[in-house]
Amino acid sequence: MTGYILKRLLSAIPVLLGITVIVFLIMALIPGDPALAILGSYATPENVAKLNRDLGLDAPLVARYFIWLGNMLQGDFGQSFALNRPVLDEVLERFSATLLLAGVSFVLCAVLGIAAGVISAARQYGMADKAITFVVLLGISIPSFFLGMMMILIFAVDLRWFPVSGMKMAYGGGGFVDVARHLVMPALALSVVATGVVARLSRGAMLEVLRQDYIRTARAKGVGEGRVIWGHALRSAMVSIIPVLGIQAGFVLSGAVYIEMVFQWPGVGRMLVDAILKRDILLVQGGVVFVAACYVLFNIAVDVAQSLLDPRIKT
Amino acid sequence: MTQFLALLLRNRLAAAGGIVLLVVVVLAVLTPVLPLANPDATDTANRFQPALSRAHLLGTDHLGRDLLSRLLWGTRLSLAVGFAAAIFAATLGAAIGIIAGYFGGRTDNLIMRGVDMLMAFPYILLALAIVAALGPGLGNALIAVAAVNIPFFARNIRGVTVGLAHKEFVDAARLSGLGHGRIILTEILPNVVPVIVIAMSTTIGWMILETAGLSFLGLGSQPPQADLGSMLGEARSALITNPLTSIVPGAMILVIVMGINLLGDGVRDALDPRLRSGALTRPMPATRVDRPTPPPAETEEGGAVLALSDLQTQFHVKKRVYKAVGGASLAVRPGECLGIIGESGSGKSVTALSVMGLVASPPGVITAGAARYDGQDLIGARYETLRRLRGDRIAYIFQDPLATLHPLYKVGDQLVEAIRCHRTVSKAEAWQRAIDLLKQVRIPNAESRASSFPHEMSGGMRQRVGIAMAMANDPDVIIADEPTTALDVTVQAQILSLLNDLRRERGLAIVFITHDFGVVGQLCDRIAVMYAGRIVEQGPTEAILTTPAHPYTRRLIACVPELGEGRRKLEAIPGLPPAVDRLDPGCAFAPRCEKARAACLTGEIALAGSGQRAVRCLFPETEIPSEQSA
Repeated sequence: MTGYILKRLLSAIPVLLGITVIVFLIMALIPGDPALAILGSYATPENVAKLNRDLGLDAPLVARYFIWLGNMLQGDFGQSFALNRPVLDEVLERFSATLLLAGVSFVLCAVLGIAAGVISAARQYGMADKAITFVVLLGISIPSFFLGMMMILIFAVDLRWFPVSGMKMAYGGGGFVDVARHLVMPALALSVVATGVVARLSRGAMLEVLRQDYIRTARAKGVGEGRVIWGHALRSAMVSIIPVLGIQAGFVLSGAVYIEMVFQWPGVGRMLVDAILKRDILLVQGGVVFVAACYVLFNIAVDVAQSLLDPRIKT
Repeated sequence: MTQFLALLLRNRLAAAGGIVLLVVVVLAVLTPVLPLANPDATDTANRFQPALSRAHLLGTDHLGRDLLSRLLWGTRLSLAVGFAAAIFAATLGAAIGIIAGYFGGRTDNLIMRGVDMLMAFPYILLALAIVAALGPGLGNALIAVAAVNIPFFARNIRGVTVGLAHKEFVDAARLSGLGHGRIILTEILPNVVPVIVIAMSTTIGWMILETAGLSFLGLGSQPPQADLGSMLGEARSALITNPLTSIVPGAMILVIVMGINLLGDGVRDALDPRLRSGALTRPMPATRVDRPTPPPAETEEGGAVLALSDLQTQFHVKKRVYKAVGGASLAVRPGECLGIIGESGSGKSVTALSVMGLVASPPGVITAGAARYDGQDLIGARYETLRRLRGDRIAYIFQDPLATLHPLYKVGDQLVEAIRCHRTVSKAEAWQRAIDLLKQVRIPNAESRASSFPHEMSGGMRQRVGIAMAMANDPDVIIADEPTTALDVTVQAQILSLLNDLRRERGLAIVFITHDFGVVGQLCDRIAVMYAGRIVEQGPTEAILTTPAHPYTRRLIACVPELGEGRRKLEAIPGLPPAVDRLDPGCAFAPRCEKARAACLTGEIALAGSGQRAVRCLFPETEIPSEQSA
């Protein structure tokens, strides 16, 4: 197993390098002069040239890539000019907030989605199945940012159950309960689409598995229906559900950008949007590379989980 | 095509989605000619007018602009951008996929590596990076959304193209000297287009959502131009005071995407042949019983432990009714082995599975008869009653143990489960018992084998595990459904002698289902021959093998090759067994029978005879005395 994990980690290296190349190339497309953007339109050509030299922007493209990559490998993602602080510090701080939001949403989508899919399949064409199918259809059709706004209207403004936005109270807040209260709505809003997708897929996977001969064997042994469904069938269905969970993690991370805007959540998505509008290139580059790298590592964890579940996978 | 459309329309939800979508699209197309206010004309004196106010059907927004007009113009823009992004992504993605799939080798490798790389991103990061580089704006958002969807198309289309690239018609085109470009355009592309269209129909909803999202973030359409996303984004600051301006564009996005999803689901269902036949349904915990007539009275069968009387099981598929078992009566006593023999589709497995309610349902329905274990009727028994007996008193051994053992559980654990379903014993005790069982079925190194997974064992080994599992609770009856069919002859002989020993040692009753007379001769005391869902002959093994009474039995025995003799002619039975959804009256074998006469096709033919032997034939090969002959 350790060997398998190592092998997967090694195979991630070219992917990670590829990501840095893609991000770097996209950013190199930017028209105009970043130094000019930093200094403003009243800068003298001498100052622009000097800043370009200081930033290393006068070097050829390939050299610039390797300087950037080398620095990142040493933990130096550069300096955000708009925030005037190291990119890595900002990204780490913001990413921890995103991780909390996306992590909780991901767990929600996995648990709720699988449960809904399994119940739906076990009660195929019954009332529960129809109700779940309808809610799932609604869930995958509603834009998460619109859902978030509606939730604010109903649960924060009208019913006053939860705070409207932010991650903690401005004064005297920040304890576990405070953060949890702030987390409920954004996490739910973020998880809805992914829950729908997972539920659909789980239903299909369960229907496929329930027709297998070994399910009949389990029943012939006298295994109770609860264990047949939630044990024998779900375990097999997980083999096709887990890879989708890996993909959904990417969707949850993506959706977090919108939800962070709606709920003023101080996460990495809002940071990126602000950085784009301010043309804070190094912050965008660093943020994208960092999050993408985390996603790649997460998917390795998914593969490992898959191989633990299914002994037929060669490790 | 017409069949496809009919299916699509029959799906009411899909039709509803399609109609809603059509209305929205027509409105969007007609927007320029509709009598609407200028969507960009600001009127700050009339900000946030409520709906249904004078001149403003949906009210006005934060700059006093007419919301209805903005909604329709915004819808038009969103739809246009969504479709454009979909076409853009589909075209480029398909081109990349076709090139990778058609040329293969290094080209393929290189391209697909790049595609994988792009797919390693959460899509929004890539879209954000592209917008960051190109600058905010609707056109750039369109490019970003299209770009992040290219890998999806490339991958799908490549898969299809790889399958096509080595088909005969492509090879033929190549041999006739056509260039690669011509082959791709004339041979590959026409076959790939349907896949592209389907992929587009499933992703277009996403693309509309994604562009709306980028606009919502302020990275898409820039004021005063507004698509639905940026309308929502602008309205957000006034969400609490004036929710209407947010609800209107948000609800429109929801309606559009839902319409697309409903329609897309309908298209997919109509195209998926498995759903069309209704095959993708899950079997219920026990077979459905719908028995309009009361079960036949208990007959005195001389100490039978399991007795079926007039059991009828049907498959209801749409309007068709397949009479898989049309009235089977059988009995087996402790220590006895009853063979049920017949061709594939003769209903022998369904008969066996009906006993414990294991026929997949839907489509299976038990419509008549009784199956009595120790006098208790199992047909229509409560689920819990059935569950308690399953595997405990009446156990099954199935064919093909690779498919019938759970692939993800260790065989030891599967045995432990079989034990602990019926007895409260500790895990350690059950594990010990599992090892004992494995030893009893003569699996070497039982201790270590218990920790193996089914795929790590050989076929014969797996079948022994299946037998061990059936033996786990010392049952009274074992129903073995072609347990040796998938095995080679030497292993088959070992398994048969194992079953034989178990029966003699423990007084087990065995119902042995097979299509192989050789096997029957080794193990069974009595035989029932099934044809088209009915028993056509029944009697002691020896008697039936030497003097078959039913023409079908005789033909069936004539099909068995004999070792070393080579004197007898092997005779296949001409024709096929009849379809059991439209059985004619009379003998079902008559169309294939050389002795058939007119009388054979009129009316019910009874299973005649008494005691040990009986035959369902008007002109049997051997006369069976109507009184006791055994």
